[in-house]
Parts: sequence; C-alpha cells; structure tokens
Amino acid sequence: MAPLKLEVITPERVTLKAEAESVIAPGVLGYLGVLPGHAPLITPLKAGVVTYRPEGGGEERLAVSGGFLEAGPEHVVILADTAEKADEIDVERARQAKARAEKRLRERPPGLDVARAEAALQRATARLKAAGAV
Amino acid sequence: MPNMRDLKRRIRSIRSTQHITRAMKMVAAAKLRKAQAQVTAARPYAEKLEEVIGRLTGAVDPETQPLAAAREVKKAGYVLITGDRGLAGGYNANLIRLTEERLQAEERPVALVTVGRKGRDYFRRRRVEIVRSFTDIGDEPDLIQARELARQLVELYLEGSLDEVNLIYTRFYSALRQVPRIDRLLPIQASGAGEEGGDYIYEPSPAEVLKSLLPRYCEIKVYQALLEAKASEHGARMTAMDNATENAAEMIDKLTLSFNRARQAAITREIVEVVAGADALK
Repeated sequence: MAPLKLEVITPERVTLKAEAESVIAPGVLGYLGVLPGHAPLITPLKAGVVTYRPEGGGEERLAVSGGFLEAGPEHVVILADTAEKADEIDVERARQAKARAEKRLRERPPGLDVARAEAALQRATARLKAAGAV
Repeated sequence: MPNMRDLKRRIRSIRSTQHITRAMKMVAAAKLRKAQAQVTAARPYAEKLEEVIGRLTGAVDPETQPLAAAREVKKAGYVLITGDRGLAGGYNANLIRLTEERLQAEERPVALVTVGRKGRDYFRRRRVEIVRSFTDIGDEPDLIQARELARQLVELYLEGSLDEVNLIYTRFYSALRQVPRIDRLLPIQASGAGEEGGDYIYEPSPAEVLKSLLPRYCEIKVYQALLEAKASEHGARMTAMDNATENAAEMIDKLTLSFNRARQAAITREIVEVVAGADALK
C-alpha cells in the first residue's frame, strides 16, 4: 500500500513533511498507531513522542506538546502546539526543565499550579525521550 | 526676494528630516520582511485547522459547545488592533475610520477591546467603553501573546460580558496594499460544508474533540490577525516613509533652485553696483 503522507505543522512553521510507513502518536487516550488505509480519525494529542518509520526503514522521532491528529487512509496531519525533531531538541534545557518541574512537584510550594507543573514535566520528558536521552 | 541664509537653513533642516525618514523606511522594510515571513509560516496551520473544523461542523452541538453557540446580543464586542506608534501613513486612521463607521451603524450596545496605543487613545477620548486594552505587542507578535489575548476574549464571552466578538484588523496583501477588515471571532460560525463530518471517528468523542479544537481555533485566529496587522503596519510605514523621503528630495530640489537664483541675483546686483560705482567715478 502507498505510504502515508505525514505532515507535522505548528502555528509557527511546517516542521515536517515526509512519507511514512507507520506513525505512532500520543493521543489523549494513549499512544495510537496509524498505518496506511486507516479509517478517518480525529483525536486530540497530549505531550509526548511522535514516532514514524520513513520509507526504507529506520525510525524517526519528534517531541510534540499537545495538539491534534487527523488521519485518513493516505495521510496523517499533526497540528501540534509545538513540535521539534529529535536533532533540534536542546537536551540540556529539557533536562533542566524536567528537574525544575520535578522539584516543584516534590516540594509543593504554596500557590503551585499543579496542572501546569505536570504539563511542564510531561513536555520535558517528551523532549528527552524523543532525543533519546532517557 | 527670499533670504539666502533662511533658505540655507531650511534646506539643511529638510535634509536631516530626510535622513530620519530614510532610516525609518529601511527599518520598516527589514521588519516587514520578518513579519511577512511570519505570516506566511503561520498560514498552513490556520488553513489545516480551518479545514478540519469545516469537516466537523456537522458535529457541532451548540448545547455542548458554548463557543459555537450564538445567543441574543446584549453587548457586541469589537477587538481593534492598531499600532502603538504613528508615522505609518493612513494605517491607524483607516482602522479607526472603519471602526467609527461600524460603531455608528451598530444598534446594539458595544464595547471595545483595544490592542495598540493608537486605537485606545482615540476611543478613550471619545468615551467609548473599553473593557480591556493591550499595548506593547512589539514588532514580532508571538503565540504566547496571542494565547493570552484569545484566553481573555473567550473569558469575556463565556462570562457574558460580551455576546459577540469581532476582530478589526488590517489584512496584509502586499507592501503597497493593506485593507482594514472586520472578522467574526465568537461565536464560531459553523461554515457550511460539513458533508463528510459523519465519516470520522472521533476519539474520545466529537464533543471532546471540539472542546479542545475550538479554543485553539480562536487562538489561531487571533494570532493570524496580530501577524497580519503587524505586517500591514510595517508595510504602511515603509510606504509612508518612502513617500516622505521622496517629498523631502523634491523640496530640497525646489529650495536649492530658489537658493541658486537668490545667489545669482545677489551676484548680479553686486556687479551692477560695482559697474555703477565705476561709472560714477568717470
């Protein structure tokens, strides 16, 4: 079957345009995989790692922090809030962000926005995973 | 007979104004290039999102989606996006004129949300109600600003302070053409073509999907409007400053001509005086 046309688009740019044999994305209900011939689907995404297999083998990863996925038999469009390819990720910064978020969640200073800290932790973790640094 | 010293002084003053307008033009051109790139980069996302929403409109249930639910309008809100600074030709004036016209025609009570100093100052003097105002958006509006603005607009809408929200901004076509326009932001209008809506699988459910889609849609609309407005402002400023620079050059030419005439006249007069003096001695 023809490969999927994968597009990852953020409000600031088109991050990725590629052909893929399969795509795995972090849906709100858990990771979901898309293969060519998939039924039309729309789902929100949470922060996590998007993995795809480009034609001819191998595996590529991106970190996304929430957004949407729209899939059809021949295409996957990911509208992400932010998206970075593995080689664009600033690992050091993500590590620091992760440590910061963990510290906050551990110490629970008064007035802490728990949801926000958790979201920050998820984003940082997703970046590290995508960069293969975990 | 124009005074030579005055002419010289005026020429010098216009020349220094010309230096300033030329510099402003160049700065605006550089900023315009960036803003234009930003607008173009943001379009694919907006288009895709619009496409997805278009497909989903069949599934919009106003009951569960307050952002898409039209209600009786007790207060109509207008978000006026102007610049913080002037010297941009008709940029701010055109926006304000369009807003004035709309407010005149509006039969319902209105309130403004202003972005940018120019619009705020004008309508504050005119005693139009301004519920929120934002300034210092900067030369490159970013998503964080757009999100914050969109969040506040959605809040005003949901709490009932505004029953309708419209964006007034300038659409950027080219450096020479920018057109002010009014777009509906809230309630989100289901735009017809929802034929294939039923074929989609929504995870977890259509209502949940829309619940996270619609607020993003607002953010993007606002973001897009801010970018268009910024690009337009730089474009308008560049054109205005280009004209100003040319006008200055023209004035300098004219004044230089008068100056040379005056100088020539003075020389002629002196010669005549010398000759007359010599004649008198004969």
